[in-house]
Amino acid sequence: MYAQMVKSEATQEDPERLAAFQARIDAGEKIEPKDWMPAGYRKTLIRQIGQHAHSEIVGQLPEGNWITRAPTLERKAILLAKVQDEAGHGLYLYCAAETLGVTRDEMTEMLLDGRMKYSSIFNYPTLTWADMGAVGWLVDGAAIMNQVPLQRTSFGPYSRAMIRVCKEESFHQRQGYDIMMKMCAGTPEQKAMAQNALNRFWYPSLMMFGPSDKDSVHSAQSMAWKIKMNTNDELRQKFVDQTVPQAEYLGLTVPDETLKWNDEKGGYDFAEPDWDEFFEVIQGNGPCNTERLAARNKAWDDGKWVRDGLLAHAEKKAARRVAAE
Amino acid sequence: MTQVDQGQLFEFLCRMGDNTLVLGHRVSEWCGHAPVLEEDIALANTALDLIGQTQMWLGLAAEVEGKGRSADDLAMRRDVWDFRNVLLVEQPNGDFGQTMMRQFLFDAWHLEMLKALTGSSNEQVAAIAAKAVKEVMYHVERSGDTVIGLGDGTSESHKRMQKALDLLWPYVGEMFVADAVDAAMAEAGVAPDLAELRTACDARVGAVLAEATLAIPEGGFAHKGGKTGVQHSEHLGHLLTQMQWLQRAYPGATW
Ligand SMILES: [Fe+2]
Ligand SMILES: [Fe+2]
Ligand SMILES: [Fe+2]
Repeated sequence: MYAQMVKSEATQEDPERLAAFQARIDAGEKIEPKDWMPAGYRKTLIRQIGQHAHSEIVGQLPEGNWITRAPTLERKAILLAKVQDEAGHGLYLYCAAETLGVTRDEMTEMLLDGRMKYSSIFNYPTLTWADMGAVGWLVDGAAIMNQVPLQRTSFGPYSRAMIRVCKEESFHQRQGYDIMMKMCAGTPEQKAMAQNALNRFWYPSLMMFGPSDKDSVHSAQSMAWKIKMNTNDELRQKFVDQTVPQAEYLGLTVPDETLKWNDEKGGYDFAEPDWDEFFEVIQGNGPCNTERLAARNKAWDDGKWVRDGLLAHAEKKAARRVAAE
Repeated sequence: MTQVDQGQLFEFLCRMGDNTLVLGHRVSEWCGHAPVLEEDIALANTALDLIGQTQMWLGLAAEVEGKGRSADDLAMRRDVWDFRNVLLVEQPNGDFGQTMMRQFLFDAWHLEMLKALTGSSNEQVAAIAAKAVKEVMYHVERSGDTVIGLGDGTSESHKRMQKALDLLWPYVGEMFVADAVDAAMAEAGVAPDLAELRTACDARVGAVLAEATLAIPEGGFAHKGGKTGVQHSEHLGHLLTQMQWLQRAYPGATW
């Protein structure tokens, strides 16, 4: 997912090889790292998988923000396990990207200096405990919507990473919804907190599918390569159709006065998010962009002596082993 | 074997559970900020184990107390003077080296304690220890390896680890000093004689620190007052302010 900023590249390749490559994809074959692939395919995938990995890593922060304040031991354990899963997703995805000839450290540097992006959603703050519910329910929910089709993506390592990731994401979504249920069945303050969280996370969640198809650049090539499986608007529609009844069940109001069931299309009509806000967030002007990148940079800079120390020790140990032989 | 006093047993169980609760909290503060992704995962995993152990220890403590309190009530509704964790675990994280040194010094004690508790005369205590000991065996292996790697790494990492050891060493002694509660537990066969843990623990700590090329500070001074609750450090109150905030701000809510 988080394919929102990905633009695929048209490439100047040998037309015969390109045709054979396309034929393999059309036949549903998986492309493996050692196989020939067009430079544009490789480049687009590195960007997409890298951004997805970065999103998992930065995504630890808004939820990590509440681990030390979780209201019960059980909730604390669940949230810790969730954030640990997200770090694990980052790891699988970096590994998948590395098979394309880029290292994790290179990708990390690109995240830290702003050359690579991460999902816009993680630039929104988590202000109350209900946000832990809303994030699981809506953000992991939107992530699943994006990622389930990617289990069938043409690049083998990416597809396999998505299969592992999706299993865990659906747990996260259920756990988030469970928090919302507790809040909505709780005191009036808790219910208000839940409504407030939905109000703040609804539109940012819709943004996770990327700009409207009519404004979305170059997705045709990615669709042909099966790097992208559905259009942004298709997935957004599916997400709204799935989520509105869940909000109703909770007794919460989706913050969209225009929201209405449309019998003819068999789905809801709904308001588009504010795309100007979306592009501002992508450009670095979201409410938490500065804090998120600063936190990642600080972790990386403060950790340098640790990485250097462990590396030096490993080298000394190897040298001692050689000397002993 | 003497019948154990339930009030003292409650104290003992709070000591076990508060150690894991407070350390688990501290370790979880790292989430998303570790030096490398693998450490983020490992630290979250350690914190998760410790919180899981807390649920068991404080759950049993609440049961023994018999006043209708739950593990959550004990964790979220007691104030500083009722906490029974050792001072070591409430010390701030500092840099990654300090966090891992604290972890190793605690793990080394924790493992020996749990090993002994698997043979407890109290079946529930023995069962919790049997589950926890497997997790802690892994914790000490990992924290020990990290202390060795960083102690015997670069001159910078060595310097930082020696500093962490110098800072934290005076908090080690408290874990081995027995008081009336410990004596009663030992007498009833619930828990081991703490002094007896010291030999195995010192052997491991000595071996790891030697391989890490770190020098154990001289002098036998030991801070105390955490596990008796007589005098915690100022750090604990701030930790509780954060940990207990929701429960305190919205009394009567269920989460
Ligand atoms: Fe994830
Ligand atoms: Fe994801
Ligand atoms: Fe997730």
